[in-house]
Amino acid sequence: MIYIEDLHAEIEGKSVLNGINLVVKAGEVHAIMGPNGAGKSSLSRIIAGHPAYNIRSGSIEYEINLKKKNLLDMGVHERALNGIFMSFQYPVEVNGLSNMEFLRSAFNELSKFHGSEELDALDFAEFAEKKIKALGMNTDLLERELNVAFSGGEKKQNEIIQMAILSPRLCFLDETDSGLDIDALRTVASGIESFTNKHRAIVIITHYHRILEYVNVDKVHILKDGRIVSSGDSSLAKEIEKHGYKNLG
Amino acid sequence: MEKNNKNNNLSKASDTLVTEDAVAVYDDKAETKEILARENSTGFVTAIESETFEKGLNEDVIRRLSAIKKEPEFILEFRLRAYSLWKKMSEPTWASIRYSPIDFNDISYYSAPKSKKKKQSMDEVDEELLKTFERLGVPLSEQKRLAGVAVDAVFDSVSVATTHQKELEKHGVIFCSFSEAVQKHPELIKKYLGKVVPASDNYYAALNAAVFTDGSFCYIPKGVTCPLDLSTYFRINTAQTGQFERTLIVAEPDSFVNYLEGCTAPIRDENQLHAAVVELIAHERAVINYSTVQNWYSGDEHGKGGIYNFVTKRGLCQGKGSKISWTQVEAGSAITWKYPSVILKGDDSIGEFYSVALTNKKMQADTGTKMIHVGKNTHSKIISKGISADESHNVYRGLVKVAASASKARNFTQCDSLLTFDKCSAHTYPVIEVSNNSSTIEHEASTSRISEEQLLYLEMRGLSRELAVSLIINGFCKEVFNKLPLEFSVEAVRLLEMKLENSVG
Repeated sequence: MIYIEDLHAEIEGKSVLNGINLVVKAGEVHAIMGPNGAGKSSLSRIIAGHPAYNIRSGSIEYEINLKKKNLLDMGVHERALNGIFMSFQYPVEVNGLSNMEFLRSAFNELSKFHGSEELDALDFAEFAEKKIKALGMNTDLLERELNVAFSGGEKKQNEIIQMAILSPRLCFLDETDSGLDIDALRTVASGIESFTNKHRAIVIITHYHRILEYVNVDKVHILKDGRIVSSGDSSLAKEIEKHGYKNLG
Repeated sequence: MEKNNKNNNLSKASDTLVTEDAVAVYDDKAETKEILARENSTGFVTAIESETFEKGLNEDVIRRLSAIKKEPEFILEFRLRAYSLWKKMSEPTWASIRYSPIDFNDISYYSAPKSKKKKQSMDEVDEELLKTFERLGVPLSEQKRLAGVAVDAVFDSVSVATTHQKELEKHGVIFCSFSEAVQKHPELIKKYLGKVVPASDNYYAALNAAVFTDGSFCYIPKGVTCPLDLSTYFRINTAQTGQFERTLIVAEPDSFVNYLEGCTAPIRDENQLHAAVVELIAHERAVINYSTVQNWYSGDEHGKGGIYNFVTKRGLCQGKGSKISWTQVEAGSAITWKYPSVILKGDDSIGEFYSVALTNKKMQADTGTKMIHVGKNTHSKIISKGISADESHNVYRGLVKVAASASKARNFTQCDSLLTFDKCSAHTYPVIEVSNNSSTIEHEASTSRISEEQLLYLEMRGLSRELAVSLIINGFCKEVFNKLPLEFSVEAVRLLEMKLENSVG
């Protein structure tokens, strides 16, 4: 689904990615692990189209309907409409904007893009509540202002809710597990697990092995100094848990 | 005491905004600038012959104006007295606005479409004129009746058509142009004209009293809930014509009325003066809700052209338990100088002010309210939302005054400012004067800005940048939009979107 080749990128003149190669196929779940400052968040933000990054070289191709498109040519909201989703490590608060209104607008933009039916306020509320209940999360979040006065756990849950409602094809989940207590972690993890299917690819970015106990992953990559230094199956994550990142790269 | 905050780093997740007291200036050159520069779409001129006075103001002009309008003697006296007061006054300079001096002798004080015979039905109205209204989105037709709105359209200075008079007459409601009211209901005009805003009140009120041409009059009899929302569209059309509207609304005991006022104006190179006066009187337990959407031409991005809007709006809660509520969406004019106020004279009366003031390009807005508590147990509420973009200048100025007689008065004030990109500024000057010790005053204020991170967050969920801006703005203004009648609230949302969105595609 996504083909990243020899990607070099910088932000404010400082290199963050130094030759990333990564292929994620439909139906796969990958985990990207690594120490602080390794470039994990940068990678997901570049995929989502964050304008602060400068791509020095390399390519990212995104496959839709068996056709490969140059992702770097696509605008931020265009990428989202085409099924790319990045959950935020620190979801942004927007005062005054109701979560429901935000979700409905995003859902309807997507519907418009795909030529499917837009939902009015009542139908959407019903649809959203169903989705949220299926995730085992609290529908009260819908009535509040977008992320405003949400606890850390609620913000992360709200990202998963957005993912469930927008139903993207490629999801980069940036430290969705950090700052969660064990119950919240289970809720979020089972949300992710239930979201996997053969048409969708999920990339979990994390510091910790913890979340991988709840979500089955096909591949684990270790990112260090802007490069993938090691790839393997889930046993690699256990190695890291034992020995840390020091001996890699 | 302005502070600059230069911060262009999109990468910073949580930029801090410098605020000092209620003053904040944001300086940025984000690419979203374009979004905030959209031309006023109502900028066109209708080609209709009109009769216009030569420029200049003197006693003779006032006499001629009064004669053309066949006014009774007391109106002419009112005008002449106001003129002599005005001559002795000078322009107020305390507002935080800058403009080159107005030459009051370079303005024509009367302009009327040539066919002045009152129209019996819509079919008789000039087609060109109807097209203009259509382009402005004023459906002056039966559709409006179905929508429950009666429209008194003011084209330049003369009211050309009034709909739904009959329906209103059934309930004893009088809703007509001010000129017509002067002819048909002189006793009411005589009783109330200048009672809330006397000619001596301020420079522009005095000027208006001397040369007002037309406007609306509305009278709701005792115990009547007005069956329709009353709506007036004002519009300036002829170049270099000052517009001096005068509106008077009287609500008798236990009556209720929603009044809507909307304004648009075509593009003009030279600044045009608009000095209106609105007076509201609410008797015992009467309720007047007065809503305005103001979108006069605001000039181009270099500050050329645009309307000077100097308006005096004031309501008097005369009776016990009466209520006056002002809701305004101020999105136009090069200069806005406007403080819709309420005098809470009757015990237990309520005054409200809900405002959204949007400035972009080089617009300057100095707006706010005054709540004067005189009666016992009077309550007032002020919700002000200021949005500044480009190089505009947005000021909230408010006075909450509680007299010694107003025991147990309460006020709640909330002033929020939202800064978008570029070199705009937002200022708030709240003044609170309390002369007793049983009253409660609350004041809250905040300054925030639309951050690049917020926009990116919404864009990463598939929303276009324009839609993202509009969702954030509408969220910010929600409390005010909720107070507008539904139909108006849709218009207001559309207006702000138009003002703040890029004209993509």
